[in-house]
This record gives sequence, C-alpha cells and structure tokens, in this order.
Amino acid sequence: MVSGIFAVLLFAIGIYCILATHNLIRVLIGIEILIKGVTLLVIAAGLKSGNLGLAQALVITIIVIEVVIMTVAVGVVLGVHRLTGSLDARNIRKLKG
Amino acid sequence: MCASLILIPFISVLILNLPIKGMKRLAFGLAALLFLLQMVAVLIPDAAFWKINHSFCAGIFNFELGADILSKVVLFCIGMVSLVTLFSALTFVKDSDEKFNFINILLIAVCGMNAVAMAKDIFSLYVFLEVVAVSSFILIAFNRDMPGLEGAFKYIVLSGVATVLMIAGIALLVLIAGSTNFSLIHYMLIAQNKSLIVSLAIGLFIVALFIKSGLMPFHGWLPDVYTSAPAPASVLLAGIITKVAGVYALIRIVVSMLGFSASIQSILLFVGAVSVILGALAALTQSDFKRMLSYSSISQVGYIILGLGSGSVLGIAGAAFHIFNHASFKSLLFINSAAVESRLGSRDIDKMGGLAKQMPLTSLTSVIGSLSCAGIPPLAGFWSKLMIIIALWLVGFKGYAVIAVLGSILTLAYFLTLQRKVFFGKPSDEFKDIKEAGFSLMFPAIALAVLIVAAGLLAPWLLKGFILGFVPIIGG
Amino acid sequence: MFLDILILILLVSAALWTVMCRSLLRSAIGLALTSAILTLMIFKMNAPLAAVFELSVCAGLIPVLFISVISLTQAMTKQEVIEHMKSRLARFWGLPLVIIILGLVLGLLSIKFKAKLPLSEVETDPRLVMWHLRQLDLLGQIIILFTGVFGVVVLFKERKKSG
Repeated sequence: MVSGIFAVLLFAIGIYCILATHNLIRVLIGIEILIKGVTLLVIAAGLKSGNLGLAQALVITIIVIEVVIMTVAVGVVLGVHRLTGSLDARNIRKLKG
Repeated sequence: MCASLILIPFISVLILNLPIKGMKRLAFGLAALLFLLQMVAVLIPDAAFWKINHSFCAGIFNFELGADILSKVVLFCIGMVSLVTLFSALTFVKDSDEKFNFINILLIAVCGMNAVAMAKDIFSLYVFLEVVAVSSFILIAFNRDMPGLEGAFKYIVLSGVATVLMIAGIALLVLIAGSTNFSLIHYMLIAQNKSLIVSLAIGLFIVALFIKSGLMPFHGWLPDVYTSAPAPASVLLAGIITKVAGVYALIRIVVSMLGFSASIQSILLFVGAVSVILGALAALTQSDFKRMLSYSSISQVGYIILGLGSGSVLGIAGAAFHIFNHASFKSLLFINSAAVESRLGSRDIDKMGGLAKQMPLTSLTSVIGSLSCAGIPPLAGFWSKLMIIIALWLVGFKGYAVIAVLGSILTLAYFLTLQRKVFFGKPSDEFKDIKEAGFSLMFPAIALAVLIVAAGLLAPWLLKGFILGFVPIIGG
Repeated sequence: MFLDILILILLVSAALWTVMCRSLLRSAIGLALTSAILTLMIFKMNAPLAAVFELSVCAGLIPVLFISVISLTQAMTKQEVIEHMKSRLARFWGLPLVIIILGLVLGLLSIKFKAKLPLSEVETDPRLVMWHLRQLDLLGQIIILFTGVFGVVVLFKERKKSG
C-alpha cells in the first residue's frame, strides 16, 4: 500500500506544520494537510477493498464537514485579529495548560 | 421513533428561523419544552414514542438508529443538561438577538448529541460528533472575547487532530470489513483475529476518543477551554458534550464494535486510573473556581473509564450511572460557579469567603453537588462509585479498585477546600453586599440538587433493574 | 504504478513547499496546488466523484476563504514578524530530510498486513450509496451546514459595542 505510506508522510508534514508555526492561519493550513492525508487513506482503503462507492461517499461527507470546520475556524481567527490586531499564535499562549 | 429525536430539534431550528413575527420570543419556550419532553420520553420506557414504528418515515427515510439502555441514559442527560444550560443562558447572554442565536445553536448541538447517542454506524457517529464539535466551537467563542476565542482555537486544533485520527481508523476498518456498521464490523473483527491493521485501527480510535474525552495524557486542552468559555457554554461542555462526544462514543465503540480484548482493557484501566489520581491532585492546587471544576471533571471521567475497563456488566452499568451523576453534579457545580461569578465578577476562590450567609441557596446546592461528586452516601454519586469499585474488585483488578477509593478521598479533600474557601470561613471585605443569584440560575440549581438527592435515595430499589438492562449489551 | 509514485512524490513535495513557504499568501496557493495534485491521484484511483468534490472545494473554496482572510487581516507588516519569517527557512530546513527518511523507512519496512479482504459485491456508484445507504450522513451534512451558517452569523458580525 504505497498510498498508505504517503498518507502517513502527509500526516507528518501536517503535524509539523501545526507545531512549528507562529501564525494562526498556518495552523489551519496544517490541519488541512492532515485532512488531505486522511482523505488519501480513505480512498486507498476503498480501492484496495473494492468498496469505492462507500469510500467516495465518505470522502464527500468529510469534505463538507471540513469546509464548515474551516469556516468556523476562520471566524475565530478573524475575531482574534479584531481584538489584537495580529495573527501571532503566541498571543494564544496566554492560557496555561 | 428514534429519528424524531434528531429531526424534531432540527425542524424547530428551521421553524424558528422563518421570517414570521414573534418567532424569536417562541425560541426559549420551544427549546425548554423539547428538552423536557426528551427527558420524559426516556423515563417512560414503554411509551408509544419508542414503538411508533417506521410507518410514516420508513417510506422516505432509512436511518440506522437504535436506542438501548446506554443510549437512553445519555439521552436523558442530554435533555437535562441542555435545559439547565438554557436557563443559565438567560442570565449570561444579554442581547435578545444573541439569545436567539444561542438557543438555535444549542438546539443543533442537542440534535447532534442525540444522533451520536443513537447511532449504529461508526461513520454516522463521526459525522454527528463533528456537528457537536462545530456547535461547541461556536458556543465557546460566543462572546468573542479573548479568552473565549483562545479556548475555541485550541479546541479546534485538538478536535481537528482527533478527527483525523478517527477517520484514519474508520478507513482501516473499511479496508477490513467493507462496511461501517457496528455489528458488521464486530463480526469481521471476530473473524480476523489479531492482524496488524486491526490493532492499528483500534489504537487510532482509542487515542482519538481519549483526546475528545480529556483523559490523561491528552487532557491539556480541557482546563483552558472550560475556564475560558462563557458560563452557559461551560455548563453544556462539562455537563454533557465531553461526555457524549468522548466518553459515550468510547463506551459505544468498545462495547458494540471492538469487544473487550486484554490490551484494550489494560489501556482503559491504566489511563482511567491515571486520570482519576492526577486530575484530583491537580484540582487541589487550583485557585480559579472553574479550573478546579475542570480538573475534577478529568478525574471523574477517569472513573467512568475505569468502570468501562472492568468489562463486566456491573462495571459498565456503574459507568453509565456515573455518566448521569457526573452530568448532574458537574452541571450543578458549574451553575453555582456561574452564580458566584455573576454576582461577584470574579472566579478567584482565594478572594472569596463566607458566602454561605449571603448566598444560602447557592451554598446549599453546591454542598449537595460536592458531596455527590465525592461519593458520600446517600447521594447518587456514592452508588455509581460503589458499583465501579465493586466491579473492579470482583473482576480481579484489586489494585485499581484501591486507586478508585483513593481518588474518592482526594475528591473529598479538594471539595472541602473549595467549600471552606468560598462559602464558609471569614467573609471577605471585598464582596460585602452580595445578594443571592437570580431565579434563572437558582431554579436549575435547586432542580438538579433535588434530582441528585432523589436519585440517591431511590437508587437501591432501581439499581437491580438498571443493571440487568445492560446484560444484552455486553453479552451480544 | 510508476506514474502513481510520481504523482504521490509531487503531492508530498507540494505539501512541503506549502509548509515551508515564507509568505502566507503563497502558502494558501500552495494548499490549492496540493489539493489539485491530490485530485489527480484520486482520479487515477478510479474515484471520479470524490475527485471533483476535492477539486472544487479543497482546491477552490477553501484557498479562496484563506486568501480572503489573509487580505482582510493584512498581517505581518511589523518588523519583528518579517525577521521571524526570514528565519523560517532556518527553522524548517530539516523537514524535507525527515520526510524523505521517514518515507524510505516506511517503504523498506513493507509491513505485511495480513487481512482477509471481504468479497465485494457492493454498490460502487457513490451517488446511489449516498442516497440509499447513507441517508443519516446526508442529514448530518445538512445539519452541519446549518451550524456553519450560524457560526458565520455569530462570529463574523462586527460588534457594535465593545466588551
């Protein structure tokens, strides 16, 4: 399953992007790359098991969900920008873990 | 018919948004009525409601939904906590347009949670988990103030990672089983027997749902998000969303789909135990009211997972009962903290003191909530904790049973600290002229307190039937 | 087979470029490019409907959303931020190496997945699957779209009074 390996690579790139950036929009791009990796995985799984109809139905639903999540996330980022004037993720570190 | 629990809230949202005059004022009453009806429908098990069989809808819709006793417990809690949140929103959401939006989003969240509780298909479970997640993003960021937005963003990122892990698990299961239906996957897994893909898929699901439940070591987002969300959103989040989206989903997929293998059990037990102890220890050191309650939530969810990990009928019944208990006492405590916050304007417990005289009802209900959480008889919390501890002991995990008891003692410790610092002790000068909180916060608090006491007193009689109801779930 | 691997390598490179790119705007365009290459791959894997959705939404709608936010905020004009961006390459230089090594390791491991795959006499047209088998998902999609609308209403509106 070659595609599986590449999906994992995409996943790694996405995680690294989320962790190593200081810009809120780039964090969202990182999440997007993660979702792409997983989309590839779903289609590959569907192809291998012969279940492409189901896999495509799943992917379409996932894409719809992804759009809504991104819209809401962008709304939150806009809110942060209105309050602080910048998109620096370090402003978000105020709350302690 | 089960689908109505999903369709009715959704259709209400549609109706409420029609451009007819006076619709906005209907919103509160309609939502309150719906939640109340949901609670009532669950309590009457043989009602025509559950038996109205697919005559009308079957022609058009073909939903795979089912409500066994575990789902019914969760459905009741959803109705209860949503009703409480609705009341608290009256105080905290000022503008009437905002109230309207809040109620609509709350209805959608309830819609999603009901569907999660009744889903019999792993991908549909995931879709409605996302519905719940997106509604909670909006609710956390509702006030558009900096803490809320920060909390919402953190939650979005963590929820996104959990989402991706879950879809990856689903992809692997589709590869093996060719379907996303719980029973089909269950049979396929029994036939498969120890392949690497299966273990990988199980691992992915478990990690994803641990993140969503806020268990150690993935709990980092929980205190921040609970504390920074506006008060009604915190009540909803702590009371039911984390439980439905995280814990219930975990219980459902372990019980109905994955089955209990030794490795799953040991992971569940270990993570549960760690969450119980570390959550309680962390709660001891907090000085923010809500933050202490968040760590307490982590600890209590650990109990539920311990009950699940025991793998016996008693343990899982105990876990389900503890879901109800945690929903009731945690919502009560968050309502109390909202009441205190609304009158005092602060959540710093070191600055408070002696509020028992000034806010008697809040103080009394918070004592009831705290005692139930610590597991003191005859309140309801005692029974569920007892069930979990006995289940662990009987199955042979004696060490974990001891840890559970230890956790109870720690819980009592931090709640005594809370009570002493906030309600008893010397009254502080800063907050001299404080009156009791308003009706919209007191009514749900009193109602929940009464419910907790009643459940605790009635439990011995009702427990046997309750536990027996779980046998078909585990056996099958 | 060889074409497959080529497209996949292109995909990973595009993703790497997206992540490592200095300018935010270029990253958003890189995201669109990555989605387009993924569409190619999905199309080649015989899943045309999903490919179309992926192309129109993930390579169209979402980058447009990001680019409009980036232009709205027009962030990153302060000096220290520009300095920070210059250091970007330094921070990210290890990533391509890590990815290549990870890819080689995973490929060489060639983990043998022992799994009996089920017989496939299943519906292969996704439209029919969605309409007949996965109606609950359709309902879920409608509900989540409504949630998105409410999210936009709540989050995107300017507040008249502050605090």
